[in-house]
Amino acid sequence: MAEKSGADILIEALLAQGVDTVFGYPGGAVLPIYDALFQHPKILHVLVRHEAGAAHAAEGYARSTGKPGVVLVTSGPGATNAVTGIADAFMDSIPMVCITGQVATNLIGSDAFQEADTIGITRHCTKHNYLVKDPAELGAVVAEAFHIATQGRPGPVVIDIPKNVQVATAEFDRHGNNAAKRYVPAGDADFAAITQAVELLAKAKAPILYTGGGIINSGPDASAALRELAALAGAPVTSTLMGLGSFPASDPAWLGMLGMHGTYEANMAMNQCDVMLCLGARFDDRVTGRLDAFSPNSIKVHIDIDRSSINKTVRVDLPIVADVGKAIRQMITIWNSRKLQAQKLDEWWARIKGWRSVGSLNYPASQSEIMPQYAIERLFQLTKNKAPVITTEVGQHQMWAAQHFHFDAPNKWLTSGGLGTMGYGLPAAIGAQMGNPDALVIDIAGEASIQMNIQEMGTASQYRLPVKVFILNNEWMGMVRQWQQLTYESRYSNSYSDSLPDFVALAEAYGWKGIRCDDPAKLDDAIAEMLAYDGPVMFDCRVSKEANCFPMIPSGAAHTEMILHSDEVSGTMDDEAKALV
Amino acid sequence: MHIKEEFAERHVLTLTVDNEAGTLARIAGMFTARGYNIDSLTVADISEDHAISRITIVTKGPPEVIDQIIAQCERLVPVHKVTDLTDAGPHVERELALVKVSGAGDKRVEAMRLADIYRARVIDATVSSFIFEITGGPDKIDTFVALMRELGLVEVGRTGIVGLMRGSEAS
Ligand SMILES: Cc1ncc(C[n+]2csc(CCOP(=O)(O)OP(=O)(O)O)c2C)c(N)n1
Ligand SMILES: [Mg+2]
Repeated sequence: MAEKSGADILIEALLAQGVDTVFGYPGGAVLPIYDALFQHPKILHVLVRHEAGAAHAAEGYARSTGKPGVVLVTSGPGATNAVTGIADAFMDSIPMVCITGQVATNLIGSDAFQEADTIGITRHCTKHNYLVKDPAELGAVVAEAFHIATQGRPGPVVIDIPKNVQVATAEFDRHGNNAAKRYVPAGDADFAAITQAVELLAKAKAPILYTGGGIINSGPDASAALRELAALAGAPVTSTLMGLGSFPASDPAWLGMLGMHGTYEANMAMNQCDVMLCLGARFDDRVTGRLDAFSPNSIKVHIDIDRSSINKTVRVDLPIVADVGKAIRQMITIWNSRKLQAQKLDEWWARIKGWRSVGSLNYPASQSEIMPQYAIERLFQLTKNKAPVITTEVGQHQMWAAQHFHFDAPNKWLTSGGLGTMGYGLPAAIGAQMGNPDALVIDIAGEASIQMNIQEMGTASQYRLPVKVFILNNEWMGMVRQWQQLTYESRYSNSYSDSLPDFVALAEAYGWKGIRCDDPAKLDDAIAEMLAYDGPVMFDCRVSKEANCFPMIPSGAAHTEMILHSDEVSGTMDDEAKALV
Repeated sequence: MHIKEEFAERHVLTLTVDNEAGTLARIAGMFTARGYNIDSLTVADISEDHAISRITIVTKGPPEVIDQIIAQCERLVPVHKVTDLTDAGPHVERELALVKVSGAGDKRVEAMRLADIYRARVIDATVSSFIFEITGGPDKIDTFVALMRELGLVEVGRTGIVGLMRGSEAS
């Protein structure tokens, strides 16, 4: 068999995995790979402006298409720049393969130019990582890396390839690489346990389905199955930030998001339910509030593909390690074959109706200024028939988007949940647009967050990606300001967004269209103008500066202790609460 | 506000892992990254083809944390199997220590006498020093080292424990 260089083997191995798009940035330690890419026009390389942008773009691509995102960066600073995006993918279980260049094997450990211990740095923010020392291993490593990144609970995998390994030659058999058998994730649920889960659900008088990003990771059929199960059980459904879209927001059984900025009805129903079926969620601290007051009287069933997510923070009564989509299908089969009937849930629904009537997402209307919630509502109303892909940055705007933009399908909502990374939204939108060329892709941004990866505007220009960046510009790091107001008696330490650029002029400088609007009466027209433009648009939406995001469960408080309006805010907190994240 | 201490119990875990670069760092680093304790850790390759290593970790934590530790270990790709010896039932634990003692006269004689009682072997001797080799459970070694401290202890090297289940099954 003819020998190939490590760089060629890498490209062949990527092609064998069906890779057609790579997000990357060149440098000395990956020049052989870039040369090989040059000869293989089948793979489209998207040149970003900063490696964090490459990693977030790969996340956006992955989350919106269901395919793994691929990143290619150089050694040292290339790799360290990508780390935030890798860590983000790790927290949010996004399938990603990140290829990093490394100095030649004989130089490793010598503090060579652009050397960094990429394997050491990424060890605990990847699902697995490899330092490849022989081109003969590359084919098998790439195959295993994609297997690990995509199977089980998805996550990022780093492949660190020294420069001499890219140049050296070895044999490569395109068909000879079976992904190694050593990583075997959970599949079907244990029959006895899943049967018990079905029985609990059928007997429940106040059930709730608490769903998370696992449903989306399990694939579109998991969302379809969730709808069927909810209908059979007649149960209300809530979701974490990461799971939005897995259950249609237009369904009457939808309670909205739960947790710190979730709806009153979702949190009260979590607190008062008698059977909680947790599907692909992980009892995050943003969801549970104070642990000892979390849903005190419920029987908890937890289905998750990652056994380490079970009993990590909340003890559950029935743990089931399985692919959540398959497990829901099993539940439906058992339910139907036994011809089960749900209990009469009228009383439960009547209580939910009571909580709903509180109207926890209501906000004070204004004629004179654009309320941020209103801006999201209008954006939703004017785009919903296009089923847009929405990405966000991190802050109040993210929570308002989660509350007021509604999703009826999975893979449309791309946000940094676990790591909470400002700067995620624009590159993620670029990745999503690459994967969905005909989709309307909008980054709902804050004026502070957008500046964290604003250089990626150039990437959108270069690849003619018509992404829309809709900035809720409140001139504050609003979420920080809100916490300072609630916790530190309004001492606004370094949270004002001073010296902002002129976003319209900036847009024009990058060849984008810039739009500014500060008048609620003109907002619809301005949004229509944005949608009518077939290129990238930066929309500077000047909103009310001091609006706060409610409802809110303050840190250390229980689901039942929600703050619904700003007049209930005290302005300080005890040290125990201050110490919580 | 003050930082609170938590109740912790001791567990001995054994892991069978791929013998490849970085596996130990991955496991030890995971313990540090997630704030778990390592009291001792031993590792050696145990298979004929040198492909598999066995790691014995002694850790401390509340029961639910021990359960998390096991789950987090299992989540690592090169880890094939994790056994909690403490939970699994009757098992043996052994550790080896080298103990250097220097002194003369009565103290030297007493050190020899105690070594005999504890079944420590002399593996090096000069006119003014001994190195004892002792194996046993960690308590026995602790006691022996404490006694030697009174009699001119110079230094100690300990392997950390290894353990196996009793009976005919593999752990
Ligand atoms: C990289 C990073 N640094 C810091 C933070 C902490 N943080 C969370 S929200 C926020 C303010 C965001 O401000 P902006 O983008 O204007 O959004 P707003 O809350 O005003 O909607 C900050 C600084 C973070 N999440 N990510
Ligand atoms: Mg802001």
